[in-house]
Order: sequence, then structure tokens, then C-alpha cells
Amino acid sequence: MKEQLLKLEEQAKAQLASIADAKGLEEMRVRFLGKKGEITAILKQMGGLSAEERPVIGQLANKVRSDIEEAITDKQNAIKRELAQIRLKEETVDVTLPGKKIKTGHAHPLDATLEEVEEVFLGMGFDIVEGPEVETDHYCFEALNMPKSHPARDTQDTFYINENVVLRTQTSSVQIRTMEQRKPPIRIISPGRVYRSDTVDATHSPLFHQIEGLVIDKGVTMADLKGTLELLMKRLYGEETKVRFRPHHFPYTEPSAEVDLMCFNCRGAGCPMCKQEGWIELLGAGMVHPKVLEGCGIDPEVYSGFAFGIGLERITMGRYKVNDMRLLYENDVRFLSQF
Amino acid sequence: MDLSLRWLKDYVDIDVPIKELVSGLTISGSKVECFEEEGEFLSNVVVGKVLEIERHPDSDHMFITQVDVGEGEPVQIVTGAQNVSKGDYVPVAKHKSTVLHEGKQVRITKGKLRGVASNGMLCSVAELGLTVNDFPYAIEDGIFILGDDVDKTVGKDIREATGFNDTRIEFEITSNRPDCLSVTGLARETAATFGLPFKLKAPEYKGIDGKASDYIDVKIENKKLCPRYMGGIVKNVKIGPSPRWVRERLRASGVRPINNLVDITNLVMLEYGSPMHAFDLRYVEGGKIVIRNAKEGEKITTLDGIERELSPEMLVIADEKKPVAVAGVMGGEYSGIMEDTNTVVFESANFDGASVRMTAKKLGMRTDASARYEKGLDAENTYHALMRAFELVEKLGAGEVVREYIDEDYSDKTPKSVEFDADWINGFLGTDIPKADMIKYLESLELKVKDGRVYPPYFRIDIGCKADIAEEVARLYGYGNVPSTIIRGVAQAQLTDKQKFERKLRRTMLSLGASECETFSFISPKYFDKINLPADSKLRETVVISNPLGEDTSVMRTSIIPSMCEVLARNLNYRNKAACLFELGNEYIPVEGEVLPEEPVRLCIGMYDNDEPMKFFELKGMIEELLDKAGLDEYEIARPDENTRFAESVSFHSGRVAVIKTADGEEIGIFGELSPEVSENYKVSARLYIAKLLIPELMKKAAAVRTYKPLPKFPASVRDLSVVCDSELPVAEIEKAVKKAVGAILESVTLFDVYTGSQIEKGKKSVSYSITMRSHDGTLTDEQTDKAMNKVFKALEELGASLRK
Repeated sequence: MKEQLLKLEEQAKAQLASIADAKGLEEMRVRFLGKKGEITAILKQMGGLSAEERPVIGQLANKVRSDIEEAITDKQNAIKRELAQIRLKEETVDVTLPGKKIKTGHAHPLDATLEEVEEVFLGMGFDIVEGPEVETDHYCFEALNMPKSHPARDTQDTFYINENVVLRTQTSSVQIRTMEQRKPPIRIISPGRVYRSDTVDATHSPLFHQIEGLVIDKGVTMADLKGTLELLMKRLYGEETKVRFRPHHFPYTEPSAEVDLMCFNCRGAGCPMCKQEGWIELLGAGMVHPKVLEGCGIDPEVYSGFAFGIGLERITMGRYKVNDMRLLYENDVRFLSQF
Repeated sequence: MDLSLRWLKDYVDIDVPIKELVSGLTISGSKVECFEEEGEFLSNVVVGKVLEIERHPDSDHMFITQVDVGEGEPVQIVTGAQNVSKGDYVPVAKHKSTVLHEGKQVRITKGKLRGVASNGMLCSVAELGLTVNDFPYAIEDGIFILGDDVDKTVGKDIREATGFNDTRIEFEITSNRPDCLSVTGLARETAATFGLPFKLKAPEYKGIDGKASDYIDVKIENKKLCPRYMGGIVKNVKIGPSPRWVRERLRASGVRPINNLVDITNLVMLEYGSPMHAFDLRYVEGGKIVIRNAKEGEKITTLDGIERELSPEMLVIADEKKPVAVAGVMGGEYSGIMEDTNTVVFESANFDGASVRMTAKKLGMRTDASARYEKGLDAENTYHALMRAFELVEKLGAGEVVREYIDEDYSDKTPKSVEFDADWINGFLGTDIPKADMIKYLESLELKVKDGRVYPPYFRIDIGCKADIAEEVARLYGYGNVPSTIIRGVAQAQLTDKQKFERKLRRTMLSLGASECETFSFISPKYFDKINLPADSKLRETVVISNPLGEDTSVMRTSIIPSMCEVLARNLNYRNKAACLFELGNEYIPVEGEVLPEEPVRLCIGMYDNDEPMKFFELKGMIEELLDKAGLDEYEIARPDENTRFAESVSFHSGRVAVIKTADGEEIGIFGELSPEVSENYKVSARLYIAKLLIPELMKKAAAVRTYKPLPKFPASVRDLSVVCDSELPVAEIEKAVKKAVGAILESVTLFDVYTGSQIEKGKKSVSYSITMRSHDGTLTDEQTDKAMNKVFKALEELGASLRK
């Protein structure tokens, strides 16, 4: 019986080598290990063995069975691995084929830039306040220290609806509405559309966007104004950004400043982009004029504040290197889909 | 304001590189726009002396000259000019030089003219970039024969020799600083900026005995608009060209030299910032000068030869009979200086700025004078200007000044002063500037500090409060030296509900594949015709711009739809195959009895696709998704009826338009395909899809925050159903009936097929639904679902829909 068993093992292993698929493997398992299989058949003869031989042969039979079992399992795994390999190979795709188009919309560059500016200011505790675009002369000019005959009105060519109603030339009008409604401390920005009677060209548009900022509190200084705007510019244009403050005049601020950004292109050396100046004029700012505060019922002896106005088009065009303002309002999908 | 650097140096010894000068002035507040060197297009052009001149053997109009250009050997030059003689000094463009020809820089090299070598060119004034106004003795068609006012050292650079080497600096002067619209004003700023002394001497004149009042009588009728009028008389004038130093200063300032007397008034205006006027006494009828308002219908022909109609709010300088000048703007045609003028009236007056501004604007002529007056000059300017004019008359030998002048002065002489508080200034600026430094800065600008107060000089009309003093200190201390700090205190900021809602809508639209637009808020009234609005549509009542740039941008839009139509049409014109766009923008709706219109926010969606023209259900799907994200759960999509709030419903295809109604029946949006006529009006053949949603109205109905619904614990029962009904029956009716019939256990009714065709009777359609039912209390039994389905069958039968067999 011992010889029978060992022979069986030999036979099984020899047969295994020639099997190549799962089906043949299963047939083999049945033949050798099944209930009616060959090992079982041999074990049925165990009854004729002596009590001494029986455990020895039993042990051997179990070993032969588990050896065959193991060999079949190994072979089974090998076949599986091979099949898996074949499948992967068959399923290989050309990864350079184009991706499936998923359609998403594109934010308008002006709105994308605005949202970024808004986030900077929200982080600094500025509320966002809106106001009417069709505005009274009072809020747009008079309350900003620009009475009807003021020469500074000439610099803002105004669209009039009637003698007392205009299309706002600046979002500073919202400053006044806010100061009338809120008590200091005030920290707001006011983005929105403004209108000036400029013919459309690469750098002018009769409609553009401004972001006005206003801070009123006890002890607000011009140094605070500088710090705030420098922070904004660094957030928008990177830590390396350099800005320059120089004196200017606005009727509603005193002292007033214009803020220039060091030309990105030439880093201040002078190039055609900055008209050889090395600096690009970016925004106007200043300490709120005491007359403006008084007019809004805020005591300039107690409170001080600063205001600034940023042209959204200018920073947007700078960010995305858009060289013609008209593109922003044409809404050509070939332009919009670039952002 | 164009400033001559040479003139500036009359008043301040500035000797720094030009770049440093302009950047220093810009930083201290006088912004330099640009600067240019006079005659920079000239190179290698020198003074030469004509030693020999002879006719060209092969030409009857050319000459061969031998010219000494200071190089030892004379240079041979052929010229076609007829005005050159032996011994003349002339400008010589040597071999490899540049000059101007017809306004463009050209290069001169040696060559042969009719076989004779010519090693350069003799130049005319135009070839040097000059005019006969700059050198009145020169002729236009010929060589510039250098006169005694030119340095005749042979070989000398022509720019240096003629003084055509000034630097012109262009400033942007802000409206609060009319004093800087002058050489002395900018010299004062330069001196203060660079810490140099400012060298201005009070003008002096000798004069001859006599009184101006013996010649003229001055009467100010409107003392408010003319607080001061000074008149001087210059007798026995000798009209002639001004000397070179006057001409070159005017030229560099962009003013054409004319004759000595006119030049004097211009020189004084540029130097002192105070406009002056000179009249010929002969034309002052009755010897009377009256400063009065114009009479109704009165006319004047101004110096530029244009007849202008005046109106009574305008101020004029008149004689006994007629206006001779528009006060502060321009003189009359016949009152000016002529060749034969003998006695001149010099006017130096102060006029109300606002009045001059209004007059200049109304007459449509802004002059150098009005630009200065309208900013509000101090009356004391008039005195200094007249004194300087007298001084110049004597210096130029232009006539005899009658010593006693007329001075009608009603100006406010109350001295102005402002509190000086160094601590306050430092507190306001956030600086730590020593008080002594502040005083030094202020005094360098002639702002006197005394007993805690600052006394501004007369010409500083802009100083009126403490903050103004802080600015003067800050700009001389340097804005760049003011520290940068972060605002103190804690502030809370958050978006308003409106802002949050609008941001959510934007994001949703972007995620749905629509790109964002920005269109103009003003439109043409013709746009209403393009979208087929009837003539009496209320949308045609607009906010109208009284001074529009053009009709296209003349009214504020009452509907956002035409703006989007324009964008779609433009994209089609650009041959873009498809577009899917949206705009969140305002409409401007006039409100009866209110000064200002309402400005509600609208969401407008626009799309087309040439490859797949029918977009109705894509648009509808997009809107459904948007409304879901917006938090609007209950609404109905229906055809608009005649009571719709959307006047634009007429713009749509009548079979492909729908309105969105909230549960309480309010319409919050309209969408669909535009009618073929509207497409035709936009000259496009594509099918255009548009939606307009009312955002504030939507926001009111939408849930701010959704509450959680528990996830199902028990399985759902799904039954499919196909019914045949009239093809006219809207499927929404079937859905409504199913919902009602199934009741609380209904989870969803989903349409999966609509069929019309050979299998179905004509005029009918087959509609298939999948109905999902579920209970939160336990697994539904077959009995329960069957019961629900039976109710459904019954309800559908009532609609005339029968089960499809």
C-alpha cells in the first residue's frame, strides 16, 4: 500500500505539470482527492492492514493527500496569476487618447479677481457693502467735499440722469451711505460698477469696477493705511511686491496718496509697459477728510479713518496680462474659457 | 504744465541728474508725467562760418561753399539755398549728423551733388526743429543765418549755441495746487524738496510820472465775481520781438513767442501762475473799463476769430459800449496788441473760479487762463503779476510804464491760519517726526509757524485744516518714510445673506458648465425693438442718461435679456460653435415718486449650440439643478399665461417657453427658446436659449439651510407603468396625479420614456414611469403597493390615460 500511495503521488505530480487550465485542475482534484477518488480507494483497503501498519499507512496517506492538495492549490494560483496578467494585457489602453470632456464654466476674470480681493479684506475684518449705481449728486459728490463748482469734478466725466441724479463715478458714494448708517468702528469695502464718460478703447471703458475701502475708528493712522494696502498688494501680487506711496489730491481725503506698484516687467528699471517710469499707478487713497466725517455726523476730533479706491480692471488686467480692456466686456467664449 | 528746466534754474540752484530731479518731485507731490530734451534729434550739427561761396559749375541754382567748422581745414558743402553770403555764420550738419526733415529725424552723410563733393548740409530753422517765432530774423525758405543772439564760436554745438538745449518737464498738477501751474510755484516745491534756497526777488520798476486813472476809468459792477481788478498803462510801446532768453523760455513751456508785449503777459502767467491781459487803449471806447455780467443776447468775437453768444451769468470786461473780453477766459478779437499799438492797458485781475469754470465750459473753450482761474487764485496774485509785468516792460525796453496804477480791491483780506499741533500730526500720521523738523518743512514752503498756528502764504489756497498741515509735513518727510502698521482692534466681518446666496448661485452656474459674463448696464433703446417688446411695454420706461456717449449706451437696462442676446449674437459672429453663459447683473427699474430706481439682481443664462440646436431641456435641467442648490423645493414649471409678470415673454418661441412658479404662485423666472423673429433681429440663424431668474424673489422663497432627512431603513418597492394618453396632455399632469394617488409612501416618480409612433394611435403618446415607494415604518407589503397602484390607475383613467397593453 505504501508503494501504491507513493506511486499515486508521483502520478499526480506528473499529471499536474501538463495541466494548463482551471477545468483540468478540477478534474484532477476529483480524480485524486474526491470522495470516489484514488486516495479514498486506497484507504478503503486499510481494513486489511495490521494494527501496527494502520497508523503508519494512515499518516502516509494523509501526507500524500495534503501534498497533492498543496500542489494543486499552487498550480491553481499560478494559473490565476497568469490569467490576471493576460487580462491586464488585453485591457491595456492608449493612455495618450484624449480625456473625456467634462464641461464646467469659467469664472469671469473680473469676478475671480474680485472674489480674491474680497477674501483678503474679509480676513482683515472688512464687511462688504453695496450701494446704488444710479446715485444722487449728494452722495456721489457733495458729501465727498465736491460741491457743484468744484474743479475736481472735471476729472471725472459724469453721466447725468438729471441735475441731481448721476451714474456714480466712484464707489466712494457708499462710504457716505455707510457712515450715515453705521457708527464707528467701521471697516468696509464696497465693490461695484462705476461710470465715466470715456470712449471705449484698450485702456478705457465708460463702465468699470471699483473697490472702495473705508476704515473709521479712534486712532486710525496713515501708517495703518500704508500697512493695509501693502498687505493687499502682497497677497495679490506676491511677497516680493513693492509699492510706492506718493502725494496726490482728492477732495475727500487729506493727506491723499496715489499708490504705485513696482513694474512687474522691469522691476523698476523702466520699460515700455510702465512708460519708462518703473512704476505702475494702481490706486488712490488717503485719510478721510474731516469735512467728510463731519458731514456724516462723525466727530473728526474723536475719530479718524482712511479710504482707498482700487480699479478692479487694472488689477485684473495686470494679473492675467490682458492688454485690452474691451476683451473684458466682449464676452467672447474663446476669451472667457481661458480662465 | 510744461516746465523749462532752464527757467526753473533762475529760481533755484538745482544741479542733480534729471532722473533724480523728476523722481524727487514726484515723490514730494508734484507728479512728473515725462520729460524731454529739446532738439535731442540733432547730432553733430555745429556753428560754421562761410569762408568762400561760388556757383556750382553744372547747376544754375546751387552753390559750393567752403565752411569753417572749427576743424582747421574748411569743409566743402554744396547748398541750394539762395540766401547765403560769404562771412555768414550758419548751422552745419556735418558728415554723419542727424537733423529734422519734414518732422522726422534724418541722417546726413557726405556725397556728391551734380559731381561735386558735399560733406554735409547747411540747415534752415525747420531742419533744426525750430520756427521763425524762435528766431524772428530767420527766413522760412532758406538757411538760418545766425544772428547776434547766437554764440558764433565756430564748431560749437548748434543746440548750445542757439540755446535749443533746454529740458521740458511735464507735470500733472492736481486741482488744489494752482500755484504749481507756474515756474515760481514749482521752483518753490523744488527748493523745499531738495533743501535748497528759493531765490525769488520782489519785482521792481521805475516808471514815468502819471496816473493810469488819467487814461482809463475802472468800475467793478460784480464784486463777487471780480474781487480785484488792477489796471496799468504802458505808453509809447515799441512792439518788436522779445530777446532770446524770453523766447526760449516760452518755447520750452510750449508757448509760441509773438511780440514783446504779448510775450510779457504770457511770461508773467507762466512764471507767476496769474493770467494777464493786454488791451490796446484805442479800442477801449470811452476810456471806460466795466467789469459786469453780460447782457442777454450780447455777443463777442474772441481772439480765435469765433463769434460767441454770451449769457447773463457770464462775466465780461467791457468798455462803454461792448464787451472786450470774456473775464478770465479770452480776450476779444479787436482789443489785442497790433503792430501800431501805442498805449497798452495791462489788466491783472482776480475772478471767481467757479464762474470762470462755468463760463469756459459753456462757451466750450478752456484756455491757459481759465485753467488757472477756475481753480481759485488768491487776489494777491494780481498785484505781483502786474509788478512783474512792469518790470519786464522796462527790462525789455518795450515802453514806458505810467507809475500809478489802478487797484480796485474788494477781496477778503482776513488772514488765514490753522492750528499747529505736532503731537496730533504724529498721531494722525502714525509717525514720530520731531516738531522742529515739522517747522523746518513748513517754513521751506513759506508756511509760517507762530504761537501754535500755521499761517499759509496767500498763494496756498488749499490749506484750510489740520489735516492739510499733516499732508505738508508728510510729503516733505516722505510718504515712503511713514511706517506701515496693521490696523489695531478686532473686527468681525461676514458676508450678508444676499452675498452668500449670490456666491452660491455663481458657483452652481460655474459647476453646471456656464461661463460668466460682464455686460454693460446701459443699452440702446433699440434693444427693446430687437426683443420684440410692444411700443407700450412698461420695460421701455427707463432711466435715461442725459449726456450719453452714444445711443448704444443711452438708457439703463430694465431687462437683462437683450444684453445676453448681444453676447450670444457676437459669439455667433465670431463663429464660436457653442456658448453657455450666465450673468448675475442688475436691472434698473424706475419707481414712481422715487428719485432713484430700484436695482434688483437678475440671473440671466444664455446658450446655443450649432451641433445640437435644441437646448430647451438642457436649459431646464440646469435651472432645476440651480433651484435645487438654491434651496427651492416646491415650484412648478408651466407655460406663461397672459398675466405673466415677464414682459419679455413676447420675445420667446410660444411653444418653447416656460415660467417658474413657486408654491404660492409667484413667478420667479422665465426661460425658453427665443422666437425666430428675435433671432432674425439679431441676424443669426441659430436657436438662442435664454433664462432670466429674479434673484431677490428667489432668495425669499429658498431655504437658507436644508435639514437632514433620515436615510431609509427599509427597502423600496418599484413599479413601472406605461400609459397611453392624448399627446397634448402635459406629463406634469400625470406626475401630479401619481403623486396625489400614491400619497405619503411615494419616494419618486421618474419618467423614462415618451413614445409616439406606429405602435400608438395617432394623436396619442405612450408615457412610461418608474414609481418608487417606500415607508419609514417598515417594508411595504405587496398589498400596500398594489393598493397604491390601483389608486394610480384610477387617477390616470380620470385624466384619460389608459394602461398600455
